This record gives sequence, C-alpha cells and structure tokens, in this order.
Amino acid sequence: MSSLQSLDIAARSATTTPSPDARRHVTEVAKLIDVSSCIGCKACQVACMQWNDLRDDVGDNVGTYDNPRDLTPQSWTVMRFSEVEVEQNKLEWLIRKDGCMHCEDPGCLKSCPSPGAIVKYTNGIVDFISEHCIGCGNCVTGCPFDVPRISKVDSKAYKCSLCSDRVGVGLEPACVKACPTGAIRFGAKEDMLDFGAERVVDLKERGYANAGVYDPAGVGGTHVVYVLQHADKPELYHGLPADPHISPWVSLWKGAAKPLAVLAMIGAVVGGFFHYIKVGPIQTEGGTKDEV
Amino acid sequence: MIRRYSDGDRINHWLVAILFLCAGLSGLAFFHPAFFFLTALFGGGPWTRILHPFFGVFMFLGFVGLYVRFWRRNIWRPRDTEWVRNASTLLKGDEDDMPAVGKNNAGQKAVFWIMAICLALLLITGVMFWQPWFADGFPILLRRIAVVIHALSATVLILTAIVHIYAAIWVKGSVHAMTRGTVSEAWARKHHLLWYREVTGHDER
Repeated sequence: MSSLQSLDIAARSATTTPSPDARRHVTEVAKLIDVSSCIGCKACQVACMQWNDLRDDVGDNVGTYDNPRDLTPQSWTVMRFSEVEVEQNKLEWLIRKDGCMHCEDPGCLKSCPSPGAIVKYTNGIVDFISEHCIGCGNCVTGCPFDVPRISKVDSKAYKCSLCSDRVGVGLEPACVKACPTGAIRFGAKEDMLDFGAERVVDLKERGYANAGVYDPAGVGGTHVVYVLQHADKPELYHGLPADPHISPWVSLWKGAAKPLAVLAMIGAVVGGFFHYIKVGPIQTEGGTKDEV
Repeated sequence: MIRRYSDGDRINHWLVAILFLCAGLSGLAFFHPAFFFLTALFGGGPWTRILHPFFGVFMFLGFVGLYVRFWRRNIWRPRDTEWVRNASTLLKGDEDDMPAVGKNNAGQKAVFWIMAICLALLLITGVMFWQPWFADGFPILLRRIAVVIHALSATVLILTAIVHIYAAIWVKGSVHAMTRGTVSEAWARKHHLLWYREVTGHDER
C-alpha cells in the first residue's frame, strides 16, 4: 500500500511538490466507533492482530481490563476501560477503542522528515510506509493523540493503518468485521456522521443529554469518529483530548522556522561571497605569499 | 614566523570541524526536505538517523577540548565592546582604524561563545529525542520543545560557522595559522597587535 501508482495520494511527508492525486473522485471514508454500544469484548483487538499478523508480548495485570496496557508496535488498537461517576453514585464503565484517529490534518505527517514515510490517501486514511521510515520518532512528537509507537526491535514506527490494504480492495477494516454488536462501523464519512447523528438522538432520548459525535475540528476532523455519551467531556474516555490540534511547537518548527532558517543559511553564504567580491580579501602588506 | 596554534590546538580544531560537517550535513538532511538527499552521504535515512547523534556527541566532546584550550583568551574585555562598535569599518575592508586586538578579536570571541552555548543546547535537547534510547524517558511536550530549540541552536551554530569560515577565507593568513600553526610577524602586527607585543616583547607599530 505504498506505491505512488495508486494515484490517490492526498499528502506525503517531507515532500514539497504535489503527489499523484489523479484519482480524486474517491469517497472519504470513516470508521465510526459507538462507545455506547461497545461491550469491551476485544474482538476488534484480536481481529487486528489476526489480519495484520501481529503478536504482542503477554503483558501483566495492573488491576484494569486494559490489556495490553498501552498501544505498542504490535498492538495497534487497545480497549481503554474507564470507570467514572459523572453523576454521584452512578458508576459508568466507558470503554473506548483507542488507536490512530486518521486526522484530516495529521500531525505525524507534518513532523516526519522522511519523504513518503507517511502518506494520506484521498480517502482520508493516514498510512505509515515502512520502507521509507527512518525511525526518528518525530511522528510520536507530532501526533496530538499519542498513537504512533517506535519498535525497539526494528526501529520503525507502527500504528493502525485503518486496514488500508483491505479498504483498497473494497473490504471493511478487520475490527469492523469482527465487532459483534455493531459498535464499529465503516463507510463513507458522510454516512458515518449521519448514522452517528441518529445514535446521538437515541442516546439523548435515553437520558444522555450531552451525547455527541467526536470529530474534532482542531485537526480538520478525523476519519475515526466516536459516538460518546458525554461528548462534552471527552477526557472521561481515558484522556481523549477535548480540543486536539497540532502543537504550536510542531507548527512553528515545521512551519515558519524551516524556510526562514534555510533562507538565512543560504543568505549567509551568498552574502559572504558577494562581500568578498565587493570588498576583497584583507591581506598583510609586505608579506610574501607564504607569509601573508 | 610566530607560533599561533600548537599541534594539539590544530588537531583538536579540525576534529571538531570534521565532526561539525558530519553532524551538520546529517542534521540538515532531516531539517528540510530539500536537504534529504544528504542522507545518501551517510548510507541512507536510517543510517543517517543512527549516526547523527554520535557525530553530535563527539563534536561536543571535541569542543570541550577546544573550550579548555581557548576559554581564557576569549574572555570579553572592554576593548572588545569598542571593537564591535567599529566593526562596520572593518567590514568595508579597512582594518587600520580598528582598536588594537589581543590574541583574539571580538568577532572571534563571539564565535567561540556562541558555538559553546549552541553546542551545549544541542547536546541537552538532542538527548531528549534520541531514538531509541532516551526519547521515551521524556514527556512528549518536552520533546516537542526540545526539537524546536535543537533546530534553532543548530541554525545559529551553522550561521556562526559560515561567518567563521568566511572570516578565515577573507583574512588571508588565517587558514595557514590553523593548518600549519604559524603566522608572519607582519600578520600578527596587523591583526593582533597586543598579542604580537606580548609574544615578541617588541613595542613597534
């Protein structure tokens, strides 16, 4: 899933010219995760391991159902279990499937220094292209959701690919296929948002006044969207950021700083050259060639 | 001929210079896509990523040597401030109206201290996002800030190095001083009068 020949590359890391983008009629896709319908069975985690042929190390129990405890290079999606009391004495068990959000404006892609190591397809999927990955870890610092993980074994970055290989041949992502409750859906982003809106209406009728769809505008929207019972407090869901955006530090570094610094360096060299042409060298009078 | 730099001074200087070139070129490769082709010099992207921090650390260690050798002669004195005030005259190519200079002029001192500060910043911030060993030990926000300071310090260091190299090409005899270690009496008198008097005991103009 890496060749430019797919002609559907919307953006490519560390690339200053347009990428092959002829097939732009492609529909934008999205995965809708309805947290209110999730039962925490982890079938999606298993399906992800199976399809992507990944085997994480056996972890340890830390008193929660989270297993593994965090995203890893071998676990591209992890169920996050949060026990919260939004109202007193009313325990809620919020279970969020964590993983790459496939931002419309991906911070990883912006941070990546290696041309083509991260691409965003016209359908919205953000993909890591391992053959170009140099293992610098910039994607980790660029991501507003703390998703990419660098392997200690091969020094490559890994994360959910939204099964770009399956989607490319008209299949739904493995996690969607496996979900027994229909909590995970996949399709055109427009349809997913429509369906999400229906779910929100239903949840509001059932007493969740602040239910809503999580499609954060700070990163231009995402291609993984959540239906949340408490959309006004996304932090309840294991720290899902309320207003994710690319850090101003990343924007400064990859925005103004880069061209200005390069201009300054080239300017200094060119300036020096013409100073020499105009003023000429400072020579010591009376010295011989060896002596000056 | 007057000895200006000992064998050790010169070897140390050029070690740092070579490492600067390696660290600078490998770092620039990651700084802007226009320079990514420089990774070819170091065996490709992953190898450049692996080597860059080591170039940097060794450059820093080399500079510690230069620091120990040269810090005394780079202490800022009132006459240096005076020299800086007149620097525009020098840039027009007229050195004769400049205040008398000791072993190093104010420009050389400024280069020394800017490089020292930049290298310290580069080392501290560089460790914070050094994959695969140290990066995980620092919070992501700190790493984001570290990358920006790293890039900024590197830019200042490279600009300073460009000025440093240009000055060496501009003032004839300087390159010889750092390659062979010696300068002519006339050169010393013209560019570093106070130092000339100090080493020769002559009080001539």
